[in-house]
Amino acid sequence: MTPTTSTAPALTDPAATDSAVQPHVTADGRQIGGVLMDMRNITLRFGGVVAIKDISFDIREGEIRAIIGPNGAGKSSMMNVMSGFYVPQEGEVWFRGQRRPQMKPYEVARLGIARTFQNIALFDGMSVLDNIMTGRLTMMKSSLLEQALWWGRAEREETWHREKVEKIIDFLEIQNIRKTPVGRLPYGLKKRVELARALAAEPKLLMLDEPMAGMNVEEKEDMSRFILDVNDEFGTTIALIEHDMGVVMDLSDRVVVMDYGRKIGDGTPDQIRSNQQVIDAYLGVAHD
Amino acid sequence: MEQFLYAAEVVVNGLMAGVMYALVALGFVLIYKASGVFNYAQGVMALFAALTLVGLQNGQVPFAHMINATFGTHLDTFGWTLPAIVAIALTALVMVGLAIAIEKLVLKHLVNQVPIILFMATIGLAWFLEGLGDVMWGADIKMLDVGVPKGASEALMTVTEQWTGYGFYIDRLDIWAAAIAAMLVAALMVFSQYTKQGRALRAVADDHQAALSVGISLRFIWVLVWSIAGFVALVAGIMWGSKSGVQFSLSLIALKALPVLMLGGFTSIPGAIVGGLIIGVGEKLFEFYVGPLVGGATENWFAYVLALIFLVFRPQGLFGEKIIERV
Amino acid sequence: MLYREAGDFKTSYREDSQTFPLRLDRWGYYATLAVAFLVIPLVINDYWANAVLVPFLVYSIAALGLNILTGYAGQVSLGTGGFMAVGAYATYKLSTSFPDISILIHILLAGGITAVVGMLFGLPSLRIKGFYLAVATLAAQFFLVWLFNKVPWFYNYSASGQITAPERTVLGWFVTGPQTSAPAKYLVCLVFAVGLAWIARNLTRGTVGRKWMAIRDMDIAAEIIGVNPLTAKLTAFAVSSFFVGVAGALFFSVYLGAAEVGEAFGINKSFLILFMVIIGGLGSIFGSFAGAAFLVLLPVLLKNVLVGTLGWPTDLAAHIELMIVGALIVVFLIVEPHGLAQLWRLTKEKLRLWPFPH
Ligand SMILES: Nc1ncnc2c1ncn2[C@@H]1O[C@H](COP(=O)(O)OP(=O)(O)OP(=O)(O)O)[C@@H](O)[C@H]1O
Ligand SMILES: [Mg+2]
Repeated sequence: MTPTTSTAPALTDPAATDSAVQPHVTADGRQIGGVLMDMRNITLRFGGVVAIKDISFDIREGEIRAIIGPNGAGKSSMMNVMSGFYVPQEGEVWFRGQRRPQMKPYEVARLGIARTFQNIALFDGMSVLDNIMTGRLTMMKSSLLEQALWWGRAEREETWHREKVEKIIDFLEIQNIRKTPVGRLPYGLKKRVELARALAAEPKLLMLDEPMAGMNVEEKEDMSRFILDVNDEFGTTIALIEHDMGVVMDLSDRVVVMDYGRKIGDGTPDQIRSNQQVIDAYLGVAHD
Repeated sequence: MEQFLYAAEVVVNGLMAGVMYALVALGFVLIYKASGVFNYAQGVMALFAALTLVGLQNGQVPFAHMINATFGTHLDTFGWTLPAIVAIALTALVMVGLAIAIEKLVLKHLVNQVPIILFMATIGLAWFLEGLGDVMWGADIKMLDVGVPKGASEALMTVTEQWTGYGFYIDRLDIWAAAIAAMLVAALMVFSQYTKQGRALRAVADDHQAALSVGISLRFIWVLVWSIAGFVALVAGIMWGSKSGVQFSLSLIALKALPVLMLGGFTSIPGAIVGGLIIGVGEKLFEFYVGPLVGGATENWFAYVLALIFLVFRPQGLFGEKIIERV
Repeated sequence: MLYREAGDFKTSYREDSQTFPLRLDRWGYYATLAVAFLVIPLVINDYWANAVLVPFLVYSIAALGLNILTGYAGQVSLGTGGFMAVGAYATYKLSTSFPDISILIHILLAGGITAVVGMLFGLPSLRIKGFYLAVATLAAQFFLVWLFNKVPWFYNYSASGQITAPERTVLGWFVTGPQTSAPAKYLVCLVFAVGLAWIARNLTRGTVGRKWMAIRDMDIAAEIIGVNPLTAKLTAFAVSSFFVGVAGALFFSVYLGAAEVGEAFGINKSFLILFMVIIGGLGSIFGSFAGAAFLVLLPVLLKNVLVGTLGWPTDLAAHIELMIVGALIVVFLIVEPHGLAQLWRLTKEKLRLWPFPH
């Protein structure tokens, strides 16, 4: 990786500087910076199915960026491309001003990208605490030998990361289930633990795939509060897929709208609300 | 030319061995498709069926060894012999009984377990059946003769002699086995196409949830499919047993159905057949060409290594479609 | 009112993550170790060493190894017997080639060699999963057994094709060969078992253990949160095979003294150890010991009852044993898929609440 973008002109992104939205401070005082991730002309096919068709959009530092669209629009697929889990047939992914080469998902994670999943993907056989600790695996440096003998860095690391994780546990108010195997938790709490695991990675970019699906109003309010707090307190950039329009319009700074793999809208919540194409797409398709 | 003809003979014999592997693999596929259970015990079921068949045919007293040891008696046989066809029919009934017992005692209690647990349960089952077979019928090697012709096929030898100048040695038993295997597959096809039970079976294989929701009883399906697999095991047991005697190694040979399945895929009947043939021919050819250089007996591992290497390059198997996993 | 957490407060995260958080558990553990190291060696005789304790310890090590791979990392292996053979033949070659070096070092090296072989056969696990992998490990089993059978170099061209452990001493005591005393055999195996169990515990509670379990529980999610599946799986294969290799080395050199590969390390050994892990409890260190103890004691017990009391011939007893073990596996999977370890946990849970059940 090249350390800075300005010294590597070949890799610098000219589009980033003259993008439509300049860095600014939001009404509630949050700092929106330059482009953090830029998806350019992404096309993704599964055999004959075109899941994503030539879509471009960017995500700016510090913002909450929503991706919405009817079922099957290709939102999760897009997030999987961002994770490096799906390899798009065409298009480029730029991250922090550099073109991201073809990478394995675990390498992407090390760049500071963490996420949650639409269908909860926790490690069912492990306790809540261990699940959250896995969020910090990319930062653990001790060698196998040190770990085998529980000596040197191995023990120090464990204690140090445990302290960090305990802060997140406090933040998300899940102290009392620390030692519970996640398999036994109710759905809403699982979603919260998954968020905790992603937060434990201290990501630059946090991606949430339908974090509120299947929750009741109260749980949704809690989750919204957490998302806002994360964005506010840690300045974490957030990409959010969500079906609940109310939540999306409340939380997000900008919204991308997808339908049948195409992008049909991109802008602030107000702009999206008055976008005729978006209205049509949503009226034409039954969704939850 | 001579060398080529030898090789050709090896290929033909390999094909015949492959039919045997395919027969056992077929039983696996049936059960896996209908119930998602990876039935490790399929090979032992073949052994058990063959032991039972011999025992019934010769009028052996079941558990004689144990009864004698306990009561100091000298039981051996009832002193009758059954006609092959009667013994086969009775053994088929025993296999149905076994299927019912397995469903009642094992599967019913493991319905919601993950596949690996079910797999391990069938390993336990395999041990149990192996022990049971030995205790019931004795562990000595037995001859099985239900009238399937054996020995070199003179006719083929003469014909090939005339055509190529080299008489192919092909066991008549193998020819019979191939024919019977083909008939079995055809019968299964007919069964699954044209009978009510067969259609239910296909429905379950296609879509578990949907089939259950239209009222097909899963328990009935399990008994049905394990019975069919038991019958297939019986056929395989008869063929293997007639060829090389009924003994424990039969279940080890049946283990070779596993690499066959890896090649052909766990859910494909054509896959089981093609995979069986490939492995049968492959291991015979390998032993023929490479065996002498490395000390022989390569058949012990060739099938597994071939399947392993093949899967590394094509994880979806011969006929499977490439699946992109989702999250 | 004895077995309680009350009054046993943790004041640091370090204390909280120790192996035996409860004081009473800790005492129990130290007491067991004290008995194992100080009392048993004084009272052990040949029968107990050969029939029970030495095989128990050796199988425990093998079960620990397989449990790391299958129970923690979720990769089912049916090749344990083959890998034990690698450990055995490596010790044999090393100790006959370098007689001046301590046998203990040879045993550890044999573990290392097995780790390398294990990694080699673990490579396909990156592309092959689940049942397919289980079947693929059979390739290791059959190929390795064949190899040690067919290449005379491995058994030093001995006429019988067997390998026989040379006589070696540690601190002046015989630990291999016919002159070895029961306490010496037992203590060598005990030291390895305790040391390796401690290492297994350390590995599984820390970073690499979490990687393994993440891969086991949901490999895709694990990769997306930053676990490199290749290194995670290969370390699991390496560590597991190291344990299994050491077990094979001890099995051959200390326990059997002489071995023929097909007999000592055949496919049934693979299954036996898999069963130990299942009955003991997947993903549990205690379970590995419990499972080994169970399957070592069961045949001894059955033999005493069937042959000793009922007077049945041994071959019949062996077949009955096969049935009973097979049936027990099924029963265990039905009643308690998490094995003896879980039963033990539940019992402790009850004790903790006793005498007030709520
Ligand atoms: N791994 C895959 N293999 C084949 N097709 C896939 C795969 N993943 C997604 N698809 C297809 O791509 C299309 C987009 O799916 P995607 O999951 O991205 O939609 P979505 O917008 O997240 O929908 P939802 O709101 O239901 O979550 C769908 O047609 C889906 O079937
Ligand atoms: Mg989705």
